[in-house]
Amino acid sequence: MAENTPESAAAPQEAAAPQDPQAAKNAQLLALLHRLFGADAFTDVEEPYGLLTVTTTRERIHDIMAGLQQDQELQLNFLTTMCGIHYPENEGKELGMIYHVHSLVNNLRLRLKIFFPIADPVVPTLTDLYATANWMEREAYDFYGIIFTGHPNLIRILNVEDMDYHPMRKEYALEDGTREDKTDLFFGR
Amino acid sequence: MAVNDTLEGTHKIIQEAKEQQQHSGLVPTLNDFSQELTTLNLGPTHPATHGIFQNILQMDGERIISGVPTIGYIHRAFEKIAERRPFYQITPLTDRMNYCSSPINNMGWHMTVEKLLGVTVPKRAQYMRVIAMELARITDHLICNSILGVDTGAFTGFLYVFQEREKVYEIYEEICGARLTTNMGRVGGMERDFSDVAIQKLRDWLKTFPAVMKEFESMFNRNRIFMDRVVNVGPITAERALNYGFTGPNLRAAGVDYDVRVMNPYSSYEDFDFEIPVGTKGDTYDRFMVRNEEIWQSLRIINQALENLPEGPFHADAPHYYLPPKQAVYKNMEALIYHFKIIMGEIEAPVGEVYHSVEGGNGELGFYLISDGGRTPYRLHFRRPCFIYYQAYPEMVVGSSLSDAIVTLSSMNVIAGELDA
Repeated sequence: MAENTPESAAAPQEAAAPQDPQAAKNAQLLALLHRLFGADAFTDVEEPYGLLTVTTTRERIHDIMAGLQQDQELQLNFLTTMCGIHYPENEGKELGMIYHVHSLVNNLRLRLKIFFPIADPVVPTLTDLYATANWMEREAYDFYGIIFTGHPNLIRILNVEDMDYHPMRKEYALEDGTREDKTDLFFGR
Repeated sequence: MAVNDTLEGTHKIIQEAKEQQQHSGLVPTLNDFSQELTTLNLGPTHPATHGIFQNILQMDGERIISGVPTIGYIHRAFEKIAERRPFYQITPLTDRMNYCSSPINNMGWHMTVEKLLGVTVPKRAQYMRVIAMELARITDHLICNSILGVDTGAFTGFLYVFQEREKVYEIYEEICGARLTTNMGRVGGMERDFSDVAIQKLRDWLKTFPAVMKEFESMFNRNRIFMDRVVNVGPITAERALNYGFTGPNLRAAGVDYDVRVMNPYSSYEDFDFEIPVGTKGDTYDRFMVRNEEIWQSLRIINQALENLPEGPFHADAPHYYLPPKQAVYKNMEALIYHFKIIMGEIEAPVGEVYHSVEGGNGELGFYLISDGGRTPYRLHFRRPCFIYYQAYPEMVVGSSLSDAIVTLSSMNVIAGELDA
């Protein structure tokens, strides 16, 4: 995960923070976010490669996205993309959703993350805010089994309908795990 | 009538219509038959859809009442496969998304990896990339627009410009040896420098192509038959387009001048002088015209890049990441070692996450890459513009006739490979 960004990438950013326009923009954006939603709404604030990344909770994500969309100053009203992610070792926070929003007026990007247990993969839908969230959420459901409450049509989108598992989860190896004639020595993890 | 995204929705419509018929209690008259709805499966493989899309349409006579698109017929699990592959081996996956403009996909992917690794690309390589990407944009738009002509019954225009695409593919061939699935880029630059023959072919093509393009435009732009078929067909407002996540020519046709090349310049796009064409109504005609105008703007960019092509190296001095040219591998021990290490995926990437987007043929093509320090991405998500905006298709065609729906689909330039990935 991004908290251990290597020294090589993090050091020049921090050193050049006052001059770097991107860092100044991010600081401004973060201050606005804190003012709008309270400082306790966001944890793990990072700037990997210049893009402000914050983590919030699934209870608050819908309100925050709605607030970002309506706020006239930020105008973060373009949902660029959203995708699921799976960290099997992260106990209690195995699954996650990552949202990228973009302000076409101010040219600001923001990345939001939420994490939740795999035993209870329920997230509020964003389809009431963004029409584009419909298929992205179906894709996340298809790949990771994340259930979006309030989604009008939560069915598989890319895989066949009678599939009984969610293939992008890490426990499903790409190839047949019982085979012995193939070695993992050089490829993958 | 509002769009029903759900299958249940369409079933409800049929049910209601049937009930209405039963309640009327009369012997069916000709009027009753006109109330009967037809379910039409357009696709999955219909010659007029140019790809594998299924649309379950509810038709009242010739008019579309609602539609449900189902996708996934050529889903190849690229995001899953990418989790097991070293960075170079992901390049062929990106090729096969939007196969009409594969250089843009390749370069976008390489730039994402460069951002992650912190590799700076020399100016010459950046300009070479710009040339390759704009050539790809031209061919992409040419195919889209000429196929739109075919869908309205004009086959000639298609043949005229298909020849030009063929010539562009010859330039690709001269640059990298491949035509459709090009791998001309590398992490850190280009695979090889432009040869004299490639530059000559490019110059020749730049001289002859504008005349053909003018001819193509004069065949369509003010053509009465063509305009009758496309003006006010499949419109979408700017507000809905933004809500649906439209980018690229489809968004610009609705009047929003969002272009990644201008807003977040990459690969030296800030050096070039070009305009962003925008439409007003977001209908099929606007999309056609925006693409035509973008071809002219791309030609401007290529001309500028070729005039000002800087001297210098065509790749970064990053032996750990830059896959050496084949000639060097044959002669140079060091190059051979690095070649081996990179190909076998022994080079580990730093921990980090990066989002990079380029202006693809259809819009913002984004790569979201999470690296946990391994040899492969921990997670790779492609923001495929086609996947995001195709869901607006039912809303755009409801109320129009079937033949209008075909024209709308081809003007949106939905590429099945990018839709499913």
